[in-house]
Amino acid sequence: MSGARDTILGSIRKSLKRGPLSAEQAARLEHRLKTPRANVIPARARVSGRRRTDLFVDEAERVSTTVARVADAAGVPGAIASYLAEHNLPATLKVAPDPALKTIPWSEKPVLSVVEGRGEDGDAVSVTGAFAGVAETGTLVLLSGPEHPSTLNLLPETHIVVLRRDHLVGSYEDAWALLRVMGRGMPRTVTMVTGPSRTADIEQTLQLGAHGPRRLHIVLIGGAEDDAE
Amino acid sequence: MQITTPSFKDNARRALGDSDLRRALDNMKTGFVGKRLLAVERLPEFDALRDDARDIKEHVLENLDAYLERFEARVKEQGGQVHWCRDADEARRVMLEICRDAGARTVTKSKSMIGEEIAINEHLEANGIEPVETDLGEYIIQLRREPPSHIIAPAIHLSKEQVADAFRQKHGQFPGDRPLDEPRALVDEARAVLRQRYFDADVGITGANMLVAETGSVVIVTNEGNADLTMTLPPVHIVLASIEKVVPTLEDAATILRVLARSATGQEMSVYTTFCTGPRRSGDADGPEAFHVVLLDNGRSALLGGEFHDILRCIRCGACLNHCPVYSAIGGHAYGWVYPGPMGAVLTPGLIGLEQAADLPNATTFCGKCEEVCPMRIPLPKMMRYWRDREFEARLTPTLSRLGLAAWTFLALRPALYRVATGLVIGILGALGRNRGRFRRLPLAGGWTAARDLPAPQGRTFMRLWAQRRRGRP
Amino acid sequence: MTAKALDVGLFVTCLVDLMRPVVGFAAVKLLEDAGCAVSVPPGQTCCGQPAYNSGDRGSARRIARQVIAACEGIEHVVVPSGSCAGMIKVHYPELFADEPETAARAEALARRTHELVSFLAGALEGAGIDAEYRGAVTYHDACSGLRELAIKEQPRALLRRVRGLELKESREAETCCGFGGTFCVKYPDISESIVDLKVDDAIASGADTLLSGDLGCLLNIAGRLKRRASPMRVRHVAEVLAGMTDGPAIAEGRGG
Repeated sequence: MSGARDTILGSIRKSLKRGPLSAEQAARLEHRLKTPRANVIPARARVSGRRRTDLFVDEAERVSTTVARVADAAGVPGAIASYLAEHNLPATLKVAPDPALKTIPWSEKPVLSVVEGRGEDGDAVSVTGAFAGVAETGTLVLLSGPEHPSTLNLLPETHIVVLRRDHLVGSYEDAWALLRVMGRGMPRTVTMVTGPSRTADIEQTLQLGAHGPRRLHIVLIGGAEDDAE
Repeated sequence: MQITTPSFKDNARRALGDSDLRRALDNMKTGFVGKRLLAVERLPEFDALRDDARDIKEHVLENLDAYLERFEARVKEQGGQVHWCRDADEARRVMLEICRDAGARTVTKSKSMIGEEIAINEHLEANGIEPVETDLGEYIIQLRREPPSHIIAPAIHLSKEQVADAFRQKHGQFPGDRPLDEPRALVDEARAVLRQRYFDADVGITGANMLVAETGSVVIVTNEGNADLTMTLPPVHIVLASIEKVVPTLEDAATILRVLARSATGQEMSVYTTFCTGPRRSGDADGPEAFHVVLLDNGRSALLGGEFHDILRCIRCGACLNHCPVYSAIGGHAYGWVYPGPMGAVLTPGLIGLEQAADLPNATTFCGKCEEVCPMRIPLPKMMRYWRDREFEARLTPTLSRLGLAAWTFLALRPALYRVATGLVIGILGALGRNRGRFRRLPLAGGWTAARDLPAPQGRTFMRLWAQRRRGRP
Repeated sequence: MTAKALDVGLFVTCLVDLMRPVVGFAAVKLLEDAGCAVSVPPGQTCCGQPAYNSGDRGSARRIARQVIAACEGIEHVVVPSGSCAGMIKVHYPELFADEPETAARAEALARRTHELVSFLAGALEGAGIDAEYRGAVTYHDACSGLRELAIKEQPRALLRRVRGLELKESREAETCCGFGGTFCVKYPDISESIVDLKVDDAIASGADTLLSGDLGCLLNIAGRLKRRASPMRVRHVAEVLAGMTDGPAIAEGRGG
């Protein structure tokens, strides 16, 4: 197999009419990788405060995500219960073992039955947190890990995401910057989710819920009072 | 897959006579073309992003060896394995070995054009392993045992009735008289069938839209979520990627993502964009135990630095297909191999040889629309012309064309003789066509008059009339 | 009018020379009416595009050299075709990339070369246009002119000055007509399918006349329209701008 590696690298260098990069050239590439710079960022993404929230909600709704807003964590069970009732969905939730979700007073809505764990076939509704929401395109950034099994994003027909308003960022680059600040490297998966699963493979007619969730619902925590810039 | 590119003309003729296909291709205009335009109009920075995207990929290609080595090192650090494969045969062998080591009986696959390129499904099947395509379009054509006709919408050539027929034939577990008239019912049935296949699969195979050198991540984009299920549920994940897919950083990936979906389907972003880095971590409740990246060259390193270098920037968005008048007329199957449309006309001769693909660089009007919409600013018509140069040099150009061209050049280089000869012919044709103004048929003009009348010349050449006018002047 | 007449050489193109000289005379009239002194360089035949697009670079280069020599010393070379003008402006310099001396001459010629309609609308600011056309016109944006030379608004701006002319845009004005030089005879059935879309679209615009700036496209579109027995008239835009529309339109006879 090392034969193939050498052949391919050799063929690349032959086509580029050069040998391996010099130490200086290699250092330049390493520098580019170590100090990542953003390219053009659309002006649309460079907003903050209330305008950022509004943009996120607008863009999310454009792609058939639904958004409910609550003032604080205490409002989450009520918002979820009424969403489920409105859509005639079962009130059994598979909830991610996320410390932030543990602070939600689920017991205040006894109609909700809450089970923690990863996603399984047959789960109807999942609830997870989100690392960030990107206003630019109404995109959720979900990191896999013990507190967020990625099957929860995929298997249930309805995926509910509890997102804190102060986790909203403008651009994808802002999300990368946050991820680097955390300093834990790349999780196994970073999934950017923009709307519920869909396909247009049959006669170019859009159908939601191809393999993943049919419904993506965001409960956005953060009241009007923190709308100051 | 079987290559039918040498019979392009017959393939095209058949396609033109297929009314189902024509209807299906008409959907593409309102779908992909119209939506792309709206998405581009919503993003004033679109052209600036295209410039950045092009520059990123150019920078990568200039340093491809170093970025691949860096990517490999990162994958290994995260507990993944990298397999370098020179050609299709090597890649098939490596992948079969991984599947056998995993004791695999079935594998799920998310759509991969490179998978088509190396015909991995046929190889696995021949060795007793069942591959199950999970992208809905790809699943449909797998049931029908036909190749994809579009790089992002593999079943775009089919009507919903044809899909329903395939489902009735192959999904024996359901009552035969179930209603399948609406796309919704078809999607639901496929969802139910495939859901079980994900759980049963021993290996998941995905392609890759990008490889990130900074982090050793593989970027996979889908709308359905099928790639995410494929890479999450089975115990082994194999990524099949060609060497030119690497980008330096997450920021560079973000730039390319901004032009990818908009160019492809007119979405701002595809639904699922997953950066996948290594196998399951300690404490994770799900994800594969093993993570393999198969890095395929298959002729690409030889294209680097030459006339066809720029095609290596291609991100497989399909915009050039969607906007091509020829693709829109004949669909993807006529091109006879994996990559149709303008990008295929450039890439295919480089991968399967010019002799087999001689028609492709010629079957274009050079209208330039493909280059106009290409998010990576690939000069597609220019490269098709390079292939024509090579065909001419290799004497692959048909003899009649060569003779005609030689005669025309001979005359064009001798203006005096040209005036006499053209004056004569034009005089005759002008007199013959004077009354009707056109010909329905004319010797040697069968190519033209097959489809349209040949307008008659006015009768005297401009150069002759101009000379007369000059003489007539004081 | 400028004090000193602009020196313009007409590169008439082989198709206009052979098939439709009236387009050449229309171009001369338009240029003269705008105050240009027009000459026709005698050594010209073809721009070399058929050879270039057929992969015969050697012949294309020999023909290009002849054109470069024929146009030497002319201040402005004007071409009534976006495709041939594009060949000279965009592709000649590429053809001689490995011959710096000829490349420099090719680039100089490229700078001095203009497609007719964009020259009339640009440098000449539409001066001297005085024509009348009773009809509803749709304009086909020929591909090379549109994408290589950015010709889009210029013909429309000039047509708006023609008395009695009503401009009706087609939805697919920018879509290729399926001509493509030798493409249309090598792949006649694909070409037929493409030109049918163009023809359907032009008819749907409600226009009675189709105009464009490239004779190749016009012969193709007119030929297909007539095969389909459509009464739509097809002309080069220069004919209408110059008011030279008394003779038969393309593919129409004197015998009716």
